[in-house]
Amino acid sequence: MLAAILVMAGIGLVLGGILGWASVRFRVEDDPLVEKIDAILPQTQCGQCGFPGCKPYAEAIAKGEADINQCPPGGDDGIKRLAELLGVDPKPLGEGLEPKPKAVAIIDESTCIGCTLCIQACPVDAIVGAAKQMHVIVADQCTGCELCLPPCPVDCIHMVVVKEDLASWKWRYPIHALRQIH
Amino acid sequence: MVRVLHSHPGGVHPADHKAESNATPIRTMPLLPRYVVPLRQHIGTPTRALVQVGDNILKGQRIGAAEGPVSAAVHAPTSGRVVAVGPSPTPHPSGLYDPAIVIESDGEDRAVAFTPLDWQTLDPATLRLRVRDLGLAGLGGAVFPSHLKLKPGVHTLILNGAECEPWITCDDRLMRERAAEVLGGAALMARITGARSVLAGIEDNKPQAIAALRDAVNRLDSGLAADLTFEITPIPTRYPGGGGKQLIQTLTGLEVPSGGLSTELGIQMFNVGTAYGLYRAVTLGEPMFSRIVTVTGHVAQPGNFEARIGTPIGDLIAAAGGALPGASGELVGGPMMGFDLMDLAAPATKAVNCIIVKSPELFPAKPAALPCIRCGACARACPASLQPFELYWFSRAKDFGKAQSYHLFDCIECGCCAYVCPSHIPLVDYYRFAKSEIWAREREKQAADQARVRHEFKTFRAEREKQEKAEKFAKAAAETKAKSTASGEAAAASGEDAEAAKKKALLEAALARAAQAKAEQAAAGITPKNTDNLPPAVAREIAEIDARREQAGAADAPATPDATPSTPHS
Repeated sequence: MLAAILVMAGIGLVLGGILGWASVRFRVEDDPLVEKIDAILPQTQCGQCGFPGCKPYAEAIAKGEADINQCPPGGDDGIKRLAELLGVDPKPLGEGLEPKPKAVAIIDESTCIGCTLCIQACPVDAIVGAAKQMHVIVADQCTGCELCLPPCPVDCIHMVVVKEDLASWKWRYPIHALRQIH
Repeated sequence: MVRVLHSHPGGVHPADHKAESNATPIRTMPLLPRYVVPLRQHIGTPTRALVQVGDNILKGQRIGAAEGPVSAAVHAPTSGRVVAVGPSPTPHPSGLYDPAIVIESDGEDRAVAFTPLDWQTLDPATLRLRVRDLGLAGLGGAVFPSHLKLKPGVHTLILNGAECEPWITCDDRLMRERAAEVLGGAALMARITGARSVLAGIEDNKPQAIAALRDAVNRLDSGLAADLTFEITPIPTRYPGGGGKQLIQTLTGLEVPSGGLSTELGIQMFNVGTAYGLYRAVTLGEPMFSRIVTVTGHVAQPGNFEARIGTPIGDLIAAAGGALPGASGELVGGPMMGFDLMDLAAPATKAVNCIIVKSPELFPAKPAALPCIRCGACARACPASLQPFELYWFSRAKDFGKAQSYHLFDCIECGCCAYVCPSHIPLVDYYRFAKSEIWAREREKQAADQARVRHEFKTFRAEREKQEKAEKFAKAAAETKAKSTASGEAAAASGEDAEAAKKKALLEAALARAAQAKAEQAAAGITPKNTDNLPPAVAREIAEIDARREQAGAADAPATPDATPSTPHS
């Protein structure tokens, strides 16, 4: 009896020691969940979720401080994937948030005064220009976050919805006629 | 020597309908008043327009330059004037418009001077660039830029003349009528790629084409043919025998691995039309501005036409005697892999090998799809040895990861599964949907990754700039301090004591200055108070506090706040 207790206690101590050592030795500094959530988020950096970028939102979700339905650019698909990752039920997009079609910002070059305010606002450095020089938006890099719109003192930036072309065209989900049952 | 043929898995035997269009010689399309030349005619990056509206151009002039590594130039089909550069109808299942150059011909059909390519002396890289600028792309359907395939390092060149899709006969007629050029092109391809043997695979329903090519082998220029072996091999007619991987397997018994290229096996494959184009490009310097197009189905005089690239499809149908009464639409390509044409103004491009005018008798409406009964007929018919029913379920459920793990991208969209499906399920539509969704997600992911990196860098840069600014201020402050110290009284002293002494001296000097200022103010009758214009209630409160302080004997408190010496920021 005593031997059995001692053996069990000994095994417990040894295993506990290994676990304790491993938790120090293989400690993960970053929260891997944040990275996984961030990978799902669309990286528009638009702040519509109320956080200053996708990473902070991902951190807030990981900590349980934010809901998964606060990202309009991610849409229902994004919510579904977040729900799958976190093992919760998907839910509709949060109140007051509307998904919009993908758009890019365009600067009206004749109105632009070269104030650089939009350049500072752009979260992904997609605006090229210098003080008192005309600015231009690199359409390929623009995430459509609309953060450049409010700072513009002359309202020369507007959003243009991205149209489908041959390169971005997708085959539609096949819809075939239902058979009529007599 | 008789080649032992192998067999590819699956396949079907649809009615071939070749006789409708293969009996008459290739007809040359008359010069048309208007051509529409799309800038995107091949896989890869669209070309960049080299002409503007109003420019006068000549036949064979390069009007679109290749952009990026995967691209091939486009050329003017005739002489005339550019009347528009912009979105125009294209032969595409979407019916979307795509940038094109619209040319109004002047009727003179004047050509630029063509210079033949000296393929024997040009170095391979330059030769490939010239081939790219002559606009060569695979005419078998995939329109992959040919110069990318003309790289050394293969031992066998396969000439694909199988033409397995029903109705299409353009390659058949080309081989029958222009066998010498086709074979010459194949010999050139073998020379450029270093292949020692040329294998032509032709389905056995084209005996005249086989005979013509065999005859051409005997008559081939000895300089071109030296050291090369040619084999013209009839293969069994079984769709999709002309698929790249299927033809390689039939001819050599080798299977191209999933996701791999035939060049890994030392084999390169070209369509007979591409070989013909290369022959003309090399020997005449002529760019690819025309191709053979089959116009068949419900038309008065089906046949093959030598059409300039940019010929509106409506004009092609008119040349074939026009659509007969009761026509119900047009197919671009064959009935197995083709798609419905949306706009008759769309032009024939390098990818368009066949136009079929449909009628309800020839192409009866497909019965409504029924549920899958798991019969497995699709799996037996699949030439890529896939499990189409699994792919169908996963694609239908939008479970794209699962579909990919069942090798969705090995599907060649040949349509055999949908052809045999007893429930008439449009299986290929599901695979195409799943594939384009996966591609779109991949594009989105790449864009997101790029945005993430750019945002992270922007944040990092903002942080760095802030830090740099702070450092700059600190440095400037330190310099000011150093200056004032240098001019101080205790400059001669050294060591820590000296430093402390310096501080003490500074402090004393400041205190002295403050005391002096106070004395001056007192002399001038000013009480240094910031409590002058206060409401009576607050003033009363302050007076009470002062009174309490006096009582507590705190009147000789060390120093009032406004007398504290100001120290430089550190």
